[in-house]
Amino acid sequence: MALHAQAPPSTGRPLRAEQQRANRRAARRRKARALLFLAPLLGLNLLVVVGPSVATVWYSFTDWSGLGPATFVGLDNYTRAFGDPLVRAALMHNLIWFVLFLSVPMGLGLLGAFLLSQITRFQMLFRALFFIPYVVASVVNASVWKSLLSPTNGIGHALGELGVPWIGDVAFLGDTSTSLISVNFVVDWHFWGFVAVIFLAAMQGVDPELYDAAKVDGANRWQQFTAVTLPGIRPTVVFLVLMTVIWSLKAFDYIYVMTQGGPAGSSEVVSTYMYKVAFSQYEAGYAASLGLSMAFVTALVLAVYQLVRKRGWEA
Amino acid sequence: MTAPTLTRPAPPAGDAGPRRRRREPSHRPYYLVLVVLALFAIGPLVTLVFNALKDNASIGTSPLTPPTELSLDNFAQAWTQGDFATTMRNSAILCLGTVAGVCVIAGLAAYALSHLEVPASGAVIGWLFLGSALPVQLFLVPLFFMWTNLGLTDSLFGLMIIYWATDSPFATLLLRSFLIKVPKDYQEAARLDGASELRIIMRVMLPLAWPGFLTVGLIAGLWAWNEFFWAITFVHDPALRPISTSFLAFQDQFSTDLALTSAAAIFMLGPVVILFLVLQRRFVAGLTSGGVK
Repeated sequence: MALHAQAPPSTGRPLRAEQQRANRRAARRRKARALLFLAPLLGLNLLVVVGPSVATVWYSFTDWSGLGPATFVGLDNYTRAFGDPLVRAALMHNLIWFVLFLSVPMGLGLLGAFLLSQITRFQMLFRALFFIPYVVASVVNASVWKSLLSPTNGIGHALGELGVPWIGDVAFLGDTSTSLISVNFVVDWHFWGFVAVIFLAAMQGVDPELYDAAKVDGANRWQQFTAVTLPGIRPTVVFLVLMTVIWSLKAFDYIYVMTQGGPAGSSEVVSTYMYKVAFSQYEAGYAASLGLSMAFVTALVLAVYQLVRKRGWEA
Repeated sequence: MTAPTLTRPAPPAGDAGPRRRRREPSHRPYYLVLVVLALFAIGPLVTLVFNALKDNASIGTSPLTPPTELSLDNFAQAWTQGDFATTMRNSAILCLGTVAGVCVIAGLAAYALSHLEVPASGAVIGWLFLGSALPVQLFLVPLFFMWTNLGLTDSLFGLMIIYWATDSPFATLLLRSFLIKVPKDYQEAARLDGASELRIIMRVMLPLAWPGFLTVGLIAGLWAWNEFFWAITFVHDPALRPISTSFLAFQDQFSTDLALTSAAAIFMLGPVVILFLVLQRRFVAGLTSGGVK
C-alpha cells in the first residue's frame, strides 16, 4: 500500500536495476487498480453501447429482419436509403426542424438571458419559471399542448370564439401543412428556457469592464449587446449551434407522442422513420444503415466542433 | 469535447451602486417582457392544473379559465383508473435503482479518472463525451435483439441497466469535475495511514464531493422518472410500465376526458416541479453541464 505514496520512477536519480523493476511492477499494479475502478463503467458501455454499435455496422450490410438470421447484401441498404423518397422527405423535415430549432429557442433564449442579466430583483424567480418546462416530462408537455392545439377546445378555438379570423378551425397537429412546425413549436417552448439559462451564465462571465468601456464610448444598450455581449458569449453560441444540429437529427420524443410522424408522413423525421422501419416493418438491416448514417453525421459535427475549438475561431 | 463550463451566477457587478439606482425606472420594460416570457413558459402548465381541478362540462364551456370550485374527484378517479399505485411504484424502483447504480458506477470511474493513474485517460474521457452525444439509433436495434434473448425486456432491471449505461458517462464527467478539486494530499495522507481505496472514497472523497453526488443523483433520478423512449421500446407489460409510458397509454385511452388526463399528468409533473423548486440551483447546474445529451 505504501508504494503508492512513492514518487513516479522518472525522478532522474540513478536507480539500481532491482529497484527499477520494483517500481515498474508498482506502476503496473497502480494502472491495473485504476482500470478496476473504471471496469463497471467500461463494461456496461461495452455491453449496451459499443457491442450493439459494432453489431449495427455489420447488420447495416445485411437484410436482417430483427429476429432470424441475416444475409450479407453489400451496400444494398445504403443505395436504397439514397433512393428512398421517405428518407428524403424525413431529411427535409429534419432540415426544417433544424432551422426552426436554431432560430426560435436561440432568439428567445438570448432575449431572456439579456433581460435577466440586466435585472437584480426576481432574477432567480424568472430563471426558475423559464426553466420549469425543461424539467417536465416530454409526455406531459406533449399532452398539455395536444389539448392547447386542439381545434375543439384549444387556444385557437378560444381565439376564434373571440372573433379572431382563420385560427378558430385550424387542426394544428392534424393538418399536413402545420403538423411539423406545431410539434417543433412545442419543443421550442420547452427548450428555450434552458438555452436562456446557459446564455445567462455565459453573459455573467463577460468582463464588466468591457461594458464600462463601451458606455464611455457612448454605446447604447443595443450597441453594448452587439459589441460586447455577443462577442463575449461566442464560444457558447458556437457550441449551441453545433449541438442544435445534433439535437435536430435526434428529434424523436415529441413527434412520436404528438403525431407519430403523421398525418400522411408530414412530420416524419429520420429517427421516427428509422423506428418504424425497425419495429413495424421488421427491416432491421435497413434501419441499422439509417442509424449508422445518423451516427456518422453526428460524429462529423463533433469533429467540426473540435476543429473550430482548436483553431480558436471562437475565442 | 467540452461543454462551456458554467459558473454559479455571480451577483451582477456594480448593480447596487447609486449610479444604477437613478436609472431604476428604465428597467420597467424589461420586467414587462420578462413577465410575458414567464407567462409563455408557465401558462400552459397552469391551464393543466386548472383543468385537473375542473369537471369536463366546465372545461368544455371555458377551457382556459381557472376553476370556479375546487374538486379533487379527478385525482381520485385517475389514481385508480390509471393504476398509478403500480406505475408510481415501478418508477420509484427505477429511479432509486438508477440513482444508486449511476452514483456507484460513475463515482468509481470518476475517482479513477481524477486520482488514479488511468492509462490513456484522455481517450477514455473523449469517448465518454462522444458516447453521450451519439444518437441511440446507433445501437438501438441490436440492443433490443440482445435484451430479448437475455430475457431483459419487460423487466425493470433490464431497463435500469440501460439507464446505468446511458447516464453514467455524463455522471462520470460531472463527478470528475468535483473530485478533481479534492487535493491529492488528502488521498495520500489516508493511504499512508493504510486506508484502502474504497475506504478513501467513502471517508475522504464522498464527504468532500457530496454536492457532486447530490447533483448527479438528482439528474439521474429526473431522467429515469421522465424517460420515455427506452421504456416504450423495452417494456410492454402494463404491470411493469413506469409512469411515463403508462401515462401515455392512459392519455390515449381517455383522450376525450381532459379533466381526468390532466389530473394524471399532475401525478407525473408534481413531484418533479416541487423537487425542482426546492433544489433549483443544483438542478440547473447539473442539467446545463449535461447539455451534450
